[in-house]
Amino acid sequence: MTAAPVDSSLPLIEGRGLSLRRGGHWLVREADIAVEQGEVVTLIGPNGGGKTTLVRMLLGLVRPNAGTVRRRADVRIGYVPQRLHMDSTLPLTVGRLMTSTARNSRARVREALAETGTEALVGKSAANLSNGEFQRVLLARALLRSPNLLILDEPLQGVDHTGETELYELITAIGARRHCGVLMVSHDLRLALASADQVVCLNQRIYCAGPPQEVMGHPEFHRLFGPYAEAHAASQRLFARTHAGAPAEGAGDA
Amino acid sequence: MLDDFFVRGLLAAAGTACVAGPIGCIILWRRMAYFGETMAHSSLLGIALGVVLGLDPGIGVFMTALAVAPILVFFQRVARLASDSLLGILSHSTLALGLVVLALSDSGQRHDLLGYLFGDVLAVTKADLLVIWGGGAICLAILATIWHGLVAATLHADLAQAEGVPVLRNQILYVVLTAAIVAAGMKVIGILLIISLVILPAATARSLSRTPEQMAVMAAGIGILSAALGLLGSLWLDTPSGPSIVVAATLLFLVCLGVSGLVRATR
Repeated sequence: MTAAPVDSSLPLIEGRGLSLRRGGHWLVREADIAVEQGEVVTLIGPNGGGKTTLVRMLLGLVRPNAGTVRRRADVRIGYVPQRLHMDSTLPLTVGRLMTSTARNSRARVREALAETGTEALVGKSAANLSNGEFQRVLLARALLRSPNLLILDEPLQGVDHTGETELYELITAIGARRHCGVLMVSHDLRLALASADQVVCLNQRIYCAGPPQEVMGHPEFHRLFGPYAEAHAASQRLFARTHAGAPAEGAGDA
Repeated sequence: MLDDFFVRGLLAAAGTACVAGPIGCIILWRRMAYFGETMAHSSLLGIALGVVLGLDPGIGVFMTALAVAPILVFFQRVARLASDSLLGILSHSTLALGLVVLALSDSGQRHDLLGYLFGDVLAVTKADLLVIWGGGAICLAILATIWHGLVAATLHADLAQAEGVPVLRNQILYVVLTAAIVAAGMKVIGILLIISLVILPAATARSLSRTPEQMAVMAAGIGILSAALGLLGSLWLDTPSGPSIVVAATLLFLVCLGVSGLVRATR
Protein backbone atom coordinates (compact mmCIF):
# COMPACT_ATOMS: atom_id res chain seq x y z
CA MET A 1 0.00 0.00 0.00
CA THR A 2 1.57 3.27 -1.08
CA ALA A 3 0.25 6.71 -0.30
CA ALA A 4 -0.24 7.60 -3.94
CA PRO A 5 -2.64 10.49 -4.60
CA VAL A 6 -6.20 9.25 -4.94
CA ASP A 7 -7.78 9.48 -8.35
CA SER A 8 -11.13 11.01 -7.40
CA SER A 9 -12.68 10.02 -10.71
CA LEU A 10 -12.57 6.40 -9.56
CA PRO A 11 -15.71 5.04 -7.93
CA LEU A 12 -15.65 5.05 -4.12
CA ILE A 13 -16.56 1.39 -4.15
CA GLU A 14 -16.97 -1.05 -6.96
CA GLY A 15 -18.14 -4.65 -6.95
CA ARG A 16 -17.60 -6.81 -10.02
CA GLY A 17 -19.12 -10.20 -10.70
CA LEU A 18 -20.12 -10.60 -7.05
CA SER A 19 -21.69 -14.00 -6.38
CA LEU A 20 -22.64 -15.73 -3.18
CA ARG A 21 -23.92 -19.29 -2.72
CA ARG A 22 -25.54 -20.62 0.42
CA GLY A 23 -27.04 -24.05 0.98
CA GLY A 24 -26.79 -25.03 -2.69
CA HIS A 25 -28.40 -22.00 -4.27
CA TRP A 26 -27.29 -18.60 -5.34
CA LEU A 27 -28.30 -15.61 -3.27
CA VAL A 28 -26.56 -13.20 -5.62
CA ARG A 29 -25.07 -13.94 -9.02
CA GLU A 30 -22.57 -11.91 -11.00
CA ALA A 31 -23.61 -8.53 -9.68
CA ASP A 32 -21.77 -5.41 -10.80
CA ILE A 33 -22.32 -2.24 -8.84
CA ALA A 34 -20.39 0.98 -8.35
CA VAL A 35 -20.92 4.18 -6.38
CA GLU A 36 -19.16 7.38 -7.32
CA GLN A 37 -18.52 10.41 -5.15
CA GLY A 38 -21.54 12.72 -4.97
CA GLU A 39 -23.87 10.13 -6.47
CA VAL A 40 -27.04 8.55 -5.01
CA VAL A 41 -27.47 4.91 -6.00
CA THR A 42 -30.60 3.07 -4.91
CA LEU A 43 -30.71 -0.70 -4.82
CA ILE A 44 -34.21 -2.07 -5.29
CA GLY A 45 -35.67 -5.51 -5.73
CA PRO A 46 -38.10 -7.99 -4.22
CA ASN A 47 -37.70 -9.32 -0.68
CA GLY A 48 -35.16 -12.12 -0.60
CA GLY A 49 -33.68 -10.82 -3.82
CA GLY A 50 -30.23 -10.48 -2.29
CA LYS A 51 -30.05 -6.74 -1.60
CA THR A 52 -28.69 -7.05 1.93
CA THR A 53 -26.38 -9.87 0.83
CA LEU A 54 -24.89 -7.65 -1.86
CA VAL A 55 -24.40 -4.85 0.67
CA ARG A 56 -22.70 -7.26 3.09
CA MET A 57 -20.30 -8.36 0.36
CA LEU A 58 -19.47 -4.72 -0.45
CA LEU A 59 -18.81 -4.06 3.24
CA GLY A 60 -16.52 -7.08 3.48
CA LEU A 61 -18.77 -8.78 6.04
CA VAL A 62 -19.09 -11.88 3.91
CA ARG A 63 -16.61 -13.14 1.35
CA PRO A 64 -18.14 -13.65 -2.10
CA ASN A 65 -17.74 -17.02 -3.80
CA ALA A 66 -16.74 -15.15 -6.92
CA GLY A 67 -16.06 -11.57 -7.85
CA THR A 68 -14.11 -8.71 -6.36
CA VAL A 69 -14.77 -5.58 -4.35
CA ARG A 70 -12.52 -2.64 -4.96
CA ARG A 71 -12.57 0.31 -2.58
CA ARG A 72 -10.96 3.63 -3.35
CA ALA A 73 -7.98 4.17 -1.05
CA ASP A 74 -9.57 7.13 0.75
CA VAL A 75 -13.04 5.66 1.20
CA ARG A 76 -14.60 6.09 4.65
CA ILE A 77 -17.86 4.24 4.99
CA GLY A 78 -20.76 5.22 7.21
CA TYR A 79 -23.08 2.24 7.50
CA VAL A 80 -26.66 1.97 8.71
CA PRO A 81 -27.68 -1.69 8.94
CA GLN A 82 -31.10 -3.16 8.35
CA ARG A 83 -33.22 -3.94 11.39
CA LEU A 84 -31.18 -2.98 14.42
CA HIS A 85 -33.22 -4.40 17.24
CA MET A 86 -32.78 -2.69 20.59
CA ASP A 87 -33.26 -5.23 23.32
CA SER A 88 -34.90 -3.51 26.27
CA THR A 89 -32.65 -5.42 28.70
CA LEU A 90 -29.68 -3.39 27.42
CA PRO A 91 -29.66 0.03 29.09
CA LEU A 92 -28.26 2.40 26.50
CA THR A 93 -28.67 6.11 25.96
CA VAL A 94 -28.60 7.62 22.49
CA GLY A 95 -25.30 9.29 23.34
CA ARG A 96 -23.75 5.93 24.19
CA LEU A 97 -25.23 4.31 21.07
CA MET A 98 -23.51 7.00 19.02
CA THR A 99 -20.10 6.08 20.41
CA SER A 100 -20.47 2.31 20.67
CA THR A 101 -17.42 1.53 18.53
CA ALA A 102 -15.41 4.77 18.54
CA ARG A 103 -14.78 7.52 21.03
CA ASN A 104 -16.03 10.96 20.10
CA SER A 105 -16.34 14.23 21.95
CA ARG A 106 -19.76 15.28 23.23
CA ALA A 107 -19.58 18.26 20.90
CA ARG A 108 -19.10 16.07 17.84
CA VAL A 109 -21.90 13.73 18.91
CA ARG A 110 -24.26 16.67 19.34
CA GLU A 111 -23.20 18.12 16.01
CA ALA A 112 -23.90 14.86 14.20
CA LEU A 113 -27.27 14.46 15.93
CA ALA A 114 -28.14 18.05 15.04
CA GLU A 115 -27.52 17.27 11.39
CA THR A 116 -30.40 14.78 11.49
CA GLY A 117 -32.53 16.89 13.84
CA THR A 118 -32.18 14.57 16.83
CA GLU A 119 -29.87 16.47 19.20
CA ALA A 120 -32.64 16.66 21.81
CA LEU A 121 -32.59 12.86 22.11
CA VAL A 122 -28.98 12.53 23.26
CA GLY A 123 -29.79 11.56 26.85
CA LYS A 124 -32.84 9.43 26.03
CA SER A 125 -32.92 5.66 26.27
CA ALA A 126 -32.34 4.24 22.80
CA ALA A 127 -34.97 1.52 23.33
CA ASN A 128 -37.71 4.16 23.75
CA LEU A 129 -37.26 5.94 20.44
CA SER A 130 -39.81 5.79 17.64
CA ASN A 131 -38.73 4.09 14.42
CA GLY A 132 -38.27 7.42 12.69
CA GLU A 133 -36.18 8.85 15.53
CA PHE A 134 -34.13 5.69 15.69
CA GLN A 135 -33.31 5.68 11.98
CA ARG A 136 -32.27 9.36 12.21
CA VAL A 137 -30.03 8.61 15.17
CA LEU A 138 -28.42 5.75 13.25
CA LEU A 139 -27.87 8.08 10.32
CA ALA A 140 -26.23 10.61 12.64
CA ARG A 141 -24.14 7.79 14.06
CA ALA A 142 -22.88 6.96 10.56
CA LEU A 143 -22.05 10.65 10.01
CA LEU A 144 -19.77 10.66 13.05
CA ARG A 145 -17.27 8.69 11.01
CA SER A 146 -16.96 11.61 8.54
CA PRO A 147 -17.89 9.28 5.70
CA ASN A 148 -17.51 9.95 2.01
CA LEU A 149 -19.68 6.92 1.32
CA LEU A 150 -22.96 6.24 3.11
CA ILE A 151 -24.28 2.69 2.88
CA LEU A 152 -27.85 2.59 4.15
CA ASP A 153 -29.78 -0.67 4.26
CA GLU A 154 -33.50 0.13 4.23
CA PRO A 155 -33.14 3.40 6.15
CA LEU A 156 -36.83 4.16 5.67
CA GLN A 157 -38.26 0.97 7.13
CA GLY A 158 -40.82 1.27 9.87
CA VAL A 159 -41.06 5.01 9.30
CA ASP A 160 -44.50 6.43 8.61
CA HIS A 161 -45.42 7.75 5.19
CA THR A 162 -44.69 11.43 5.76
CA GLY A 163 -41.61 10.64 7.77
CA GLU A 164 -40.33 8.47 4.90
CA THR A 165 -40.31 11.32 2.44
CA GLU A 166 -38.69 13.68 4.94
CA LEU A 167 -36.01 11.18 5.83
CA TYR A 168 -35.31 10.42 2.20
CA GLU A 169 -34.91 14.12 1.50
CA LEU A 170 -32.65 14.47 4.53
CA ILE A 171 -30.44 11.66 3.26
CA THR A 172 -30.10 13.11 -0.21
CA ALA A 173 -29.51 16.59 1.24
CA ILE A 174 -26.75 15.28 3.50
CA GLY A 175 -25.23 13.40 0.59
CA ALA A 176 -25.21 16.57 -1.51
CA ARG A 177 -23.90 18.81 1.28
CA ARG A 178 -21.07 16.48 2.20
CA HIS A 179 -20.47 15.43 -1.40
CA CYS A 180 -20.78 11.80 -0.32
CA GLY A 181 -21.60 8.80 -2.37
CA VAL A 182 -24.85 7.24 -1.12
CA LEU A 183 -25.81 3.61 -1.63
CA MET A 184 -29.30 3.03 -0.33
CA VAL A 185 -31.32 -0.18 -0.25
CA SER A 186 -34.99 0.58 -0.58
CA HIS A 187 -38.20 -1.34 -0.90
CA ASP A 188 -40.06 1.85 -1.78
CA LEU A 189 -39.97 2.32 -5.53
CA ARG A 190 -41.54 5.75 -5.36
CA LEU A 191 -38.70 7.17 -3.31
CA ALA A 192 -36.01 5.06 -4.91
CA LEU A 193 -36.92 6.38 -8.32
CA ALA A 194 -37.61 9.96 -7.24
CA SER A 195 -34.19 11.50 -7.14
CA ALA A 196 -31.57 8.79 -7.39
CA ASP A 197 -28.78 9.21 -9.90
CA GLN A 198 -28.60 5.47 -10.50
CA VAL A 199 -31.11 2.73 -9.81
CA VAL A 200 -30.03 -0.89 -9.61
CA CYS A 201 -32.68 -3.65 -9.70
CA LEU A 202 -31.55 -6.86 -8.08
CA ASN A 203 -33.28 -10.19 -7.98
CA GLN A 204 -30.38 -12.58 -7.53
CA ARG A 205 -29.00 -11.07 -10.72
CA ILE A 206 -28.98 -7.43 -11.61
CA TYR A 207 -31.81 -7.08 -14.08
CA CYS A 208 -31.38 -3.49 -15.00
CA ALA A 209 -29.35 -0.53 -13.86
CA GLY A 210 -29.08 3.08 -14.86
CA PRO A 211 -30.70 6.47 -14.32
CA PRO A 212 -34.33 6.25 -13.09
CA GLN A 213 -35.98 7.26 -16.36
CA GLU A 214 -33.97 4.68 -18.25
CA VAL A 215 -34.67 1.93 -15.73
CA MET A 216 -38.40 2.64 -15.70
CA GLY A 217 -38.50 2.12 -19.45
CA HIS A 218 -36.65 -1.17 -19.19
CA PRO A 219 -38.75 -4.27 -20.00
CA GLU A 220 -37.09 -6.23 -17.17
CA PHE A 221 -38.14 -3.55 -14.69
CA HIS A 222 -41.75 -4.02 -15.74
CA ARG A 223 -41.42 -7.78 -15.61
CA LEU A 224 -39.93 -7.57 -12.11
CA PHE A 225 -42.32 -5.06 -10.64
CA GLY A 226 -45.29 -5.56 -12.98
CA PRO A 227 -48.32 -3.27 -12.66
CA TYR A 228 -46.64 -1.89 -9.57
CA ALA A 229 -44.13 -0.25 -11.81
CA GLU A 230 -46.76 1.53 -13.93
CA ALA A 231 -48.51 2.82 -10.85
CA HIS A 232 -45.28 3.98 -9.38
CA ALA A 233 -44.17 5.62 -12.58
CA ALA A 234 -47.39 7.63 -12.42
CA SER A 235 -47.04 8.39 -8.73
CA GLN A 236 -43.46 9.41 -9.34
CA ARG A 237 -44.63 12.11 -11.74
CA LEU A 238 -47.13 13.25 -9.13
CA PHE A 239 -44.38 13.19 -6.51
CA ALA A 240 -42.13 15.34 -8.68
CA ARG A 241 -44.97 17.86 -9.07
CA THR A 242 -45.88 18.12 -5.38
CA HIS A 243 -42.25 18.04 -4.50
CA ALA A 244 -41.51 21.11 -6.60
CA GLY A 245 -44.27 23.04 -4.86
CA ALA A 246 -45.40 22.96 -1.26
CA PRO A 247 -44.14 20.51 1.42
CA ALA A 248 -44.24 16.97 0.17
CA GLU A 249 -46.78 15.75 2.68
CA GLY A 250 -48.77 12.83 1.40
CA ALA A 251 -47.07 13.08 -1.94
CA GLY A 252 -47.28 10.25 -4.40
CA ASP A 253 -50.11 8.23 -2.97
CA ALA A 254 -50.72 5.86 -5.81
CA MET B 1 -9.13 -15.51 59.19
CA LEU B 2 -8.82 -17.76 56.14
CA ASP B 3 -8.84 -20.68 58.53
CA ASP B 4 -12.51 -20.13 59.14
CA PHE B 5 -14.46 -22.27 56.68
CA PHE B 6 -17.25 -19.73 56.62
CA VAL B 7 -14.92 -16.88 55.61
CA ARG B 8 -13.36 -19.06 52.92
CA GLY B 9 -16.81 -19.93 51.60
CA LEU B 10 -17.85 -16.31 51.55
CA LEU B 11 -14.70 -15.23 49.72
CA ALA B 12 -15.13 -18.00 47.15
CA ALA B 13 -18.76 -17.11 46.50
CA ALA B 14 -18.00 -13.39 46.33
CA GLY B 15 -15.12 -13.95 43.91
CA THR B 16 -17.33 -16.02 41.65
CA ALA B 17 -20.12 -13.43 41.81
CA CYS B 18 -17.72 -10.62 40.77
CA VAL B 19 -17.12 -12.28 37.42
CA ALA B 20 -20.59 -13.81 37.10
CA GLY B 21 -22.29 -10.39 37.24
CA PRO B 22 -20.82 -8.81 34.10
CA ILE B 23 -20.90 -12.13 32.20
CA GLY B 24 -24.56 -12.47 33.17
CA CYS B 25 -25.36 -9.04 31.71
CA ILE B 26 -24.06 -10.13 28.31
CA ILE B 27 -25.95 -13.43 28.53
CA LEU B 28 -29.10 -11.47 29.31
CA TRP B 29 -28.67 -8.94 26.48
CA ARG B 30 -27.95 -11.68 23.97
CA ARG B 31 -30.74 -13.94 25.22
CA MET B 32 -28.30 -16.77 25.73
CA ALA B 33 -29.45 -17.95 29.15
CA TYR B 34 -30.26 -21.40 27.85
CA PHE B 35 -26.87 -21.63 26.18
CA GLY B 36 -25.17 -20.94 29.51
CA GLU B 37 -27.44 -23.49 31.17
CA THR B 38 -26.41 -26.11 28.62
CA MET B 39 -22.73 -25.36 29.19
CA ALA B 40 -23.23 -25.85 32.90
CA HIS B 41 -25.25 -29.07 32.63
CA SER B 42 -22.85 -30.59 30.14
CA SER B 43 -20.04 -30.09 32.58
CA LEU B 44 -21.17 -33.07 34.64
CA LEU B 45 -19.88 -35.09 31.72
CA GLY B 46 -16.65 -33.14 32.16
CA ILE B 47 -16.47 -34.11 35.81
CA ALA B 48 -17.05 -37.75 34.88
CA LEU B 49 -14.39 -37.68 32.17
CA GLY B 50 -12.06 -35.97 34.63
CA VAL B 51 -12.61 -38.82 37.10
CA VAL B 52 -12.03 -41.45 34.39
CA LEU B 53 -8.90 -39.77 33.08
CA GLY B 54 -7.63 -38.83 36.53
CA LEU B 55 -7.85 -35.09 35.88
CA ASP B 56 -8.96 -32.32 38.19
CA PRO B 57 -12.76 -32.02 37.84
CA GLY B 58 -12.41 -28.25 37.37
CA ILE B 59 -10.34 -28.81 34.22
CA GLY B 60 -12.82 -31.41 32.95
CA VAL B 61 -15.68 -28.97 33.50
CA PHE B 62 -13.87 -26.14 31.72
CA MET B 63 -13.07 -28.31 28.70
CA THR B 64 -16.57 -29.76 28.22
CA ALA B 65 -18.21 -26.38 28.76
CA LEU B 66 -15.91 -25.02 26.04
CA ALA B 67 -16.82 -27.90 23.73
CA VAL B 68 -20.54 -27.04 23.87
CA ALA B 69 -20.23 -24.07 21.50
CA PRO B 70 -18.54 -25.88 18.57
CA ILE B 71 -20.77 -28.94 19.09
CA LEU B 72 -23.84 -26.71 18.95
CA VAL B 73 -22.64 -25.08 15.73
CA PHE B 74 -21.95 -28.52 14.25
CA PHE B 75 -25.42 -29.86 15.08
CA GLN B 76 -27.07 -26.70 13.81
CA ARG B 77 -25.51 -27.44 10.41
CA VAL B 78 -26.24 -31.17 10.44
CA ALA B 79 -29.58 -31.55 12.21
CA ARG B 80 -31.49 -28.51 10.94
CA LEU B 81 -33.16 -27.97 14.29
CA ALA B 82 -33.74 -24.66 16.02
CA SER B 83 -31.03 -23.89 18.52
CA ASP B 84 -33.35 -24.02 21.54
CA SER B 85 -34.32 -27.61 20.67
CA LEU B 86 -30.67 -28.51 20.17
CA LEU B 87 -29.73 -26.91 23.47
CA GLY B 88 -32.50 -28.87 25.19
CA ILE B 89 -31.18 -32.10 23.71
CA LEU B 90 -27.54 -31.30 24.45
CA SER B 91 -28.22 -30.06 27.95
CA HIS B 92 -29.95 -33.15 29.22
CA SER B 93 -28.17 -35.81 27.19
CA THR B 94 -24.78 -34.64 28.46
CA LEU B 95 -26.07 -34.43 32.02
CA ALA B 96 -27.44 -37.97 31.77
CA LEU B 97 -24.29 -39.26 30.09
CA GLY B 98 -22.22 -37.70 32.85
CA LEU B 99 -24.26 -39.48 35.52
CA VAL B 100 -23.92 -42.80 33.69
CA VAL B 101 -20.16 -42.45 33.17
CA LEU B 102 -19.73 -41.43 36.78
CA ALA B 103 -21.68 -44.50 37.94
CA LEU B 104 -19.64 -46.81 35.68
CA SER B 105 -16.32 -45.35 36.83
CA ASP B 106 -17.30 -45.55 40.45
CA SER B 107 -14.89 -48.26 41.53
CA GLY B 108 -15.71 -48.54 45.20
CA GLN B 109 -15.33 -44.93 46.34
CA ARG B 110 -18.50 -42.86 46.15
CA HIS B 111 -18.18 -39.53 44.48
CA ASP B 112 -19.76 -36.56 46.07
CA LEU B 113 -22.43 -36.23 43.39
CA LEU B 114 -24.55 -33.80 45.37
CA GLY B 115 -21.48 -31.65 45.89
CA TYR B 116 -20.95 -31.39 42.11
CA LEU B 117 -24.61 -30.74 41.40
CA PHE B 118 -25.33 -28.22 44.15
CA GLY B 119 -21.89 -27.13 45.31
CA ASP B 120 -20.29 -27.23 48.69
CA VAL B 121 -18.93 -23.79 49.29
CA LEU B 122 -18.01 -24.52 52.89
CA ALA B 123 -15.56 -27.19 51.72
CA VAL B 124 -13.53 -24.63 49.76
CA THR B 125 -9.77 -24.83 50.39
CA LYS B 126 -7.17 -22.05 50.35
CA ALA B 127 -5.91 -23.42 47.02
CA ASP B 128 -9.46 -23.14 45.60
CA LEU B 129 -9.56 -19.53 46.76
CA LEU B 130 -6.31 -18.80 44.96
CA VAL B 131 -7.71 -20.30 41.74
CA ILE B 132 -11.03 -18.43 42.04
CA TRP B 133 -9.52 -15.02 42.83
CA GLY B 134 -6.49 -15.35 40.53
CA GLY B 135 -8.56 -16.75 37.68
CA GLY B 136 -11.29 -14.23 38.41
CA ALA B 137 -8.85 -11.32 38.14
CA ILE B 138 -7.62 -12.62 34.78
CA CYS B 139 -11.21 -13.08 33.57
CA LEU B 140 -12.15 -9.55 34.60
CA ALA B 141 -9.05 -8.15 32.88
CA ILE B 142 -9.95 -9.94 29.62
CA LEU B 143 -13.57 -8.88 29.95
CA ALA B 144 -12.57 -5.25 30.49
CA THR B 145 -10.49 -5.17 27.31
CA ILE B 146 -13.21 -6.66 25.08
CA TRP B 147 -16.16 -5.09 26.88
CA HIS B 148 -16.92 -2.24 24.49
CA GLY B 149 -16.60 -4.54 21.50
CA LEU B 150 -18.97 -7.04 23.12
CA VAL B 151 -21.57 -4.37 23.80
CA ALA B 152 -21.25 -3.05 20.24
CA ALA B 153 -21.65 -6.55 18.77
CA THR B 154 -24.65 -7.15 21.03
CA LEU B 155 -26.29 -4.15 19.38
CA HIS B 156 -25.55 -5.34 15.88
CA ALA B 157 -22.81 -7.78 14.91
CA ASP B 158 -22.50 -6.61 11.30
CA LEU B 159 -22.37 -2.96 12.26
CA ALA B 160 -19.68 -3.63 14.85
CA GLN B 161 -17.64 -5.69 12.41
CA ALA B 162 -18.00 -3.12 9.65
CA GLU B 163 -16.61 -0.58 12.11
CA GLY B 164 -13.58 -2.66 12.96
CA VAL B 165 -14.62 -4.68 16.02
CA PRO B 166 -13.10 -8.21 16.00
CA VAL B 167 -16.51 -9.79 16.55
CA LEU B 168 -15.56 -13.45 16.20
CA ARG B 169 -12.50 -13.19 18.45
CA ASN B 170 -14.55 -11.46 21.15
CA GLN B 171 -17.27 -14.07 20.83
CA ILE B 172 -14.78 -16.90 21.35
CA LEU B 173 -13.19 -15.16 24.35
CA TYR B 174 -16.62 -14.60 25.83
CA VAL B 175 -17.48 -18.31 25.52
CA VAL B 176 -14.16 -19.16 27.20
CA LEU B 177 -14.98 -16.78 30.05
CA THR B 178 -18.41 -18.35 30.46
CA ALA B 179 -16.80 -21.80 30.61
CA ALA B 180 -14.41 -20.49 33.26
CA ILE B 181 -17.25 -19.16 35.38
CA VAL B 182 -19.03 -22.53 35.14
CA ALA B 183 -15.85 -24.28 36.31
CA ALA B 184 -15.35 -21.85 39.18
CA GLY B 185 -19.00 -21.98 40.12
CA MET B 186 -19.06 -25.79 40.32
CA LYS B 187 -17.33 -25.75 43.69
CA VAL B 188 -19.27 -22.79 45.03
CA ILE B 189 -22.83 -23.37 43.97
CA GLY B 190 -22.87 -26.50 41.80
CA ILE B 191 -23.38 -27.01 38.11
CA LEU B 192 -27.17 -27.21 38.30
CA LEU B 193 -27.46 -23.78 39.90
CA ILE B 194 -24.43 -21.81 38.74
CA ILE B 195 -26.23 -20.15 35.84
CA SER B 196 -28.76 -18.67 38.25
CA LEU B 197 -25.89 -16.87 40.00
CA VAL B 198 -24.94 -15.56 36.56
CA ILE B 199 -28.40 -14.48 35.41
CA LEU B 200 -30.30 -13.43 38.54
CA PRO B 201 -28.01 -10.59 39.71
CA ALA B 202 -27.84 -9.24 36.14
CA ALA B 203 -31.62 -9.32 35.86
CA THR B 204 -31.91 -7.55 39.22
CA ALA B 205 -29.40 -4.91 38.11
CA ARG B 206 -31.34 -4.07 34.95
CA SER B 207 -33.97 -1.89 36.61
CA LEU B 208 -31.31 -0.05 38.62
CA SER B 209 -28.97 1.00 35.81
CA ARG B 210 -28.80 3.44 32.94
CA THR B 211 -25.63 2.27 31.21
CA PRO B 212 -24.23 -1.16 30.36
CA GLU B 213 -21.26 -0.55 32.66
CA GLN B 214 -23.46 0.43 35.59
CA MET B 215 -25.44 -2.74 35.05
CA ALA B 216 -22.28 -4.89 35.04
CA VAL B 217 -20.91 -3.38 38.27
CA MET B 218 -24.32 -3.49 39.89
CA ALA B 219 -24.75 -7.16 38.94
CA ALA B 220 -21.40 -8.02 40.54
CA GLY B 221 -22.41 -6.17 43.71
CA ILE B 222 -25.82 -7.81 43.87
CA GLY B 223 -24.14 -11.19 43.35
CA ILE B 224 -21.82 -10.57 46.29
CA LEU B 225 -24.74 -9.45 48.43
CA SER B 226 -26.69 -12.59 47.46
CA ALA B 227 -23.71 -14.75 48.38
CA ALA B 228 -23.35 -13.10 51.78
CA LEU B 229 -27.07 -13.23 52.59
CA GLY B 230 -27.37 -16.78 51.31
CA LEU B 231 -24.43 -18.06 53.33
CA LEU B 232 -25.58 -16.31 56.51
CA GLY B 233 -29.03 -17.75 55.94
CA SER B 234 -27.65 -21.23 55.41
CA LEU B 235 -25.66 -20.97 58.64
CA TRP B 236 -28.66 -19.70 60.56
CA LEU B 237 -31.25 -22.11 59.15
CA ASP B 238 -28.84 -24.98 58.55
CA THR B 239 -29.75 -25.23 54.86
CA PRO B 240 -27.46 -26.21 51.95
CA SER B 241 -25.22 -23.29 50.95
CA GLY B 242 -25.58 -23.26 47.13
CA PRO B 243 -29.38 -23.29 47.03
CA SER B 244 -29.48 -20.74 49.88
CA ILE B 245 -27.41 -18.31 47.79
CA VAL B 246 -29.78 -18.76 44.84
CA VAL B 247 -32.81 -18.23 47.08
CA ALA B 248 -31.23 -15.02 48.39
CA ALA B 249 -30.54 -13.85 44.82
CA THR B 250 -34.14 -14.63 43.87
CA LEU B 251 -35.48 -12.66 46.86
CA LEU B 252 -33.33 -9.65 45.90
CA PHE B 253 -34.65 -9.93 42.34
CA LEU B 254 -38.27 -10.00 43.51
CA VAL B 255 -37.76 -7.09 45.89
CA CYS B 256 -36.19 -4.98 43.13
CA LEU B 257 -38.97 -5.95 40.75
CA GLY B 258 -41.60 -4.93 43.31
CA VAL B 259 -39.89 -1.68 44.21
CA SER B 260 -39.32 -0.58 40.62
CA GLY B 261 -42.92 -1.54 39.81
CA LEU B 262 -44.15 0.63 42.70
CA VAL B 263 -41.92 3.51 41.61
CA ARG B 264 -43.30 3.32 38.08
CA ALA B 265 -46.88 3.10 39.34
CA THR B 266 -46.57 6.13 41.59
CA ARG B 267 -44.92 8.27 38.92
